[in-house]
Amino acid sequence: MSEYVVELKHVTKKFPGVVAMRDMHIQIRPGEIHGLIGENGAGKSTLIKVLTGVYIPEEGEIYVDGERVSFRNPVQARQAGISCVYQELNIVKMLPVVDNVFMGRKITNKLGMLDYPSMRAQAHQALEVLGHPEIDTRMECGKLGIGLQQMVEIAKAVTMNAKLIIMDEATSSLGEQEIHQLMETVRNLKSQGIAILFVSHKLEELFELCDRVTVMRDGEYVRTDDIKDLNEDILIQAMVGRTLENQYPKVSGRRGECFLKVEKLNEIGVLRDVSFEAYGGEILAFAGLVGAGRTETMRAIFGADKLDSGDIYVKGKKVNVKNPGQAIACGLAFLTEDRKGQGLVLSLPVRTNLVMANMKKYRHGLLLNHKRIGEVSEGNVKALRIKTPSINEIVVQLSGGNQQKVVIGKWTNCDAEIYIFDEPTRGIDVGAKVEVYNVMNRLVQEGKCIIMVSSELPEVLGMADRVIVMREGHVMAQIERGGEHFNQQDIMKAAWGGKIA
Amino acid sequence: MTMIKAKKKSGLGDLMMKLGPLFVLAVLFIVFTIARPGRFMSMANQMNILKQTAVNCLIGSGMLLALITAGIDLSVGYNAILATCTIGVLMQNFGITSPWILIPAAILVSSFAGFVNGTLLTRLDLPHPFVSTLGMKNVLWGTALLITASKTIGFTNKGIDEVLWIGRQTFDIDIFGFKLLEGFPVSFILVILVYLVFHVFLNHTALGRQIYIVGGNPEAARMSGIRSKDVLTIVYIISGIMCGIAGVVLAGRLNTANTASAATYDTDAIAACIIGGASFRGGKGTIWGTMLGALLISTIRNGLNLFSAGNDIQYIVIGSVIILAVTIDVTRGKLEARARKLATI
Repeated sequence: MSEYVVELKHVTKKFPGVVAMRDMHIQIRPGEIHGLIGENGAGKSTLIKVLTGVYIPEEGEIYVDGERVSFRNPVQARQAGISCVYQELNIVKMLPVVDNVFMGRKITNKLGMLDYPSMRAQAHQALEVLGHPEIDTRMECGKLGIGLQQMVEIAKAVTMNAKLIIMDEATSSLGEQEIHQLMETVRNLKSQGIAILFVSHKLEELFELCDRVTVMRDGEYVRTDDIKDLNEDILIQAMVGRTLENQYPKVSGRRGECFLKVEKLNEIGVLRDVSFEAYGGEILAFAGLVGAGRTETMRAIFGADKLDSGDIYVKGKKVNVKNPGQAIACGLAFLTEDRKGQGLVLSLPVRTNLVMANMKKYRHGLLLNHKRIGEVSEGNVKALRIKTPSINEIVVQLSGGNQQKVVIGKWTNCDAEIYIFDEPTRGIDVGAKVEVYNVMNRLVQEGKCIIMVSSELPEVLGMADRVIVMREGHVMAQIERGGEHFNQQDIMKAAWGGKIA
Repeated sequence: MTMIKAKKKSGLGDLMMKLGPLFVLAVLFIVFTIARPGRFMSMANQMNILKQTAVNCLIGSGMLLALITAGIDLSVGYNAILATCTIGVLMQNFGITSPWILIPAAILVSSFAGFVNGTLLTRLDLPHPFVSTLGMKNVLWGTALLITASKTIGFTNKGIDEVLWIGRQTFDIDIFGFKLLEGFPVSFILVILVYLVFHVFLNHTALGRQIYIVGGNPEAARMSGIRSKDVLTIVYIISGIMCGIAGVVLAGRLNTANTASAATYDTDAIAACIIGGASFRGGKGTIWGTMLGALLISTIRNGLNLFSAGNDIQYIVIGSVIILAVTIDVTRGKLEARARKLATI
């Protein structure tokens, strides 16, 4: 038996134009609980997908039990003994537990029929190992709680004789009780000699559960240590420890009056007493981990989701926004995180996308004034430097950066005053990022108010005048540019639930 | 480099897809003209094709809107029949003969059915208009049977010729004694007028463009302040109105109100739209393409008739054409996805 159950050496995974993971290595011992952490976009998901055969790496070697393997598809990885329990469970809720455990596999009897008694016995045995013999294998999965559904998913891995089970943010959708239950199960698995790769956003869980922890940053390996040699500060330093490159052409505006004030926004299970103020002439950034409730806050303000309670004031006047149309009428603009899903109609031309948020403005009697739409669109293309063959080109043909500029153009055409930019530079290349920043600078100088949700700390530090850090639907900290806490370390700390002095 | 190449390819494909139905129509014309000399190309036969196309064109225009929003309206056939039956019942049971009452009444009934379709879809959040309109198809059929007591109502010599005029009347155009057109159906003039209105509506009004936007991406439309639900409801009301107008034309064409005659109206309308370039994925389709699609279907039916092919063969051929058209639609989607991928590299 080799020292490591799974080992990665010098593994590199590239995508057109991006290296998602470079020269990565990780060594997982049999029967250990191995933590994996990193910032958003540090390459954790890429690593998981390489281990489970979803991605085929360009370079490097993978060893299972000391033998070199190369997975060409997920089935091969599973057969080699690597299983993954994803945050989004792969459960068919209408089917009984046993069918879920044996999804994609079967035990047949002499007649070629499914041998349910054997399958049930095996499923039951697996659930027993997990410490949940009480789950009836005939029960419909949908009737189980999320925590137990996860057990079914893990049982699937156990019956496949997994040597390594990857748990990707497995606790994020669970309640406290269920998390406790899951940790017990993980320890049971460990005692059976099964290794666990535990990916989590919660430091306290890592300290409670793991034997060793590997840190990733920017698609690269940073360090692996025994948990007893680590503390929170070391881990956070390792996650963020890069230098700020000067790719942020920050131009400060003059802080004007309060454009937007929200008080005690509450959405059950999502937002908790969120209050803040945003001013004209400044960029207010929202930092935090994915799922911290930042996008949800913005959607609620924009009338896209319903609030349970809370007040919103625009320029001192209380507003009651019930749908995005009313928000737009109040002078709000929302560049959604999901550009293609919520910002654009890909199958329609640039010109239509540019005017779709306020078509009424282009009405001339009953009909649309196509000439005016054309003029405005041409003006947008020039002002925002949108690279497109013509305003009649369908948006799907444009690059990500230019698509983003079309969305920005759509909102500037509405004469908005308050711009919410949700992950404005996600998935666009460096050059286009700078152009998006320049547009933001220009808006701020014109006295507009910008609220920027960003998961990239360098971007937050590079562009923001003020930062609000959120965690689990709650505002954790508010940090001014130039203040002593305006640094990656402290923002990260707040985002991970730590107190900053 | 790849970008330019990909674009050229998709541009050419696009043109082919647009001209495809026209090309097929031309080939059919040549084949039928040669195979049935003097019969297919005769003025009477050509006018007959137009007469047969009118109802499908009217129903198809409403269907097109539904398809653009990535929806479908399966209730159109029986909605049109219900309109015809409404005329029949008002005439027979209530003695009303004025076209100024009968025609608006028919259209009102059908547009109300459309309103119900839209409301079921948008306010009860039924998963897909397939569900609501399929249900409504049966409801409308049942209603038509109910109000007519399942009997066929004849319109001949009942004093409502003014209503029947639209679906029945033809006229000639002479230029210096030369018969340019002979027996041109009024119903097709109506189609041309309706289609002109649709063209302007879809391309030159805010609501028309919003229909495409909602169809292309309902979520983006909502986040841009467009009231997607209202737009959808209006779409199904318009589809209902078109069914009502089609029902009026049907009264004149069939001379009866007969609940059993709606068999192929829904599929014919869907086929016309898809052949004409609309997509089940929404966001696409033009009104003139739909006219071309409807003409293509009528021409095939007419040609098969001239070959003395019965209903059996006609159903098989039309069914195959529908499947072919959807296959083309799917292939078109794949081609576009490929071009998109090439363009992003």
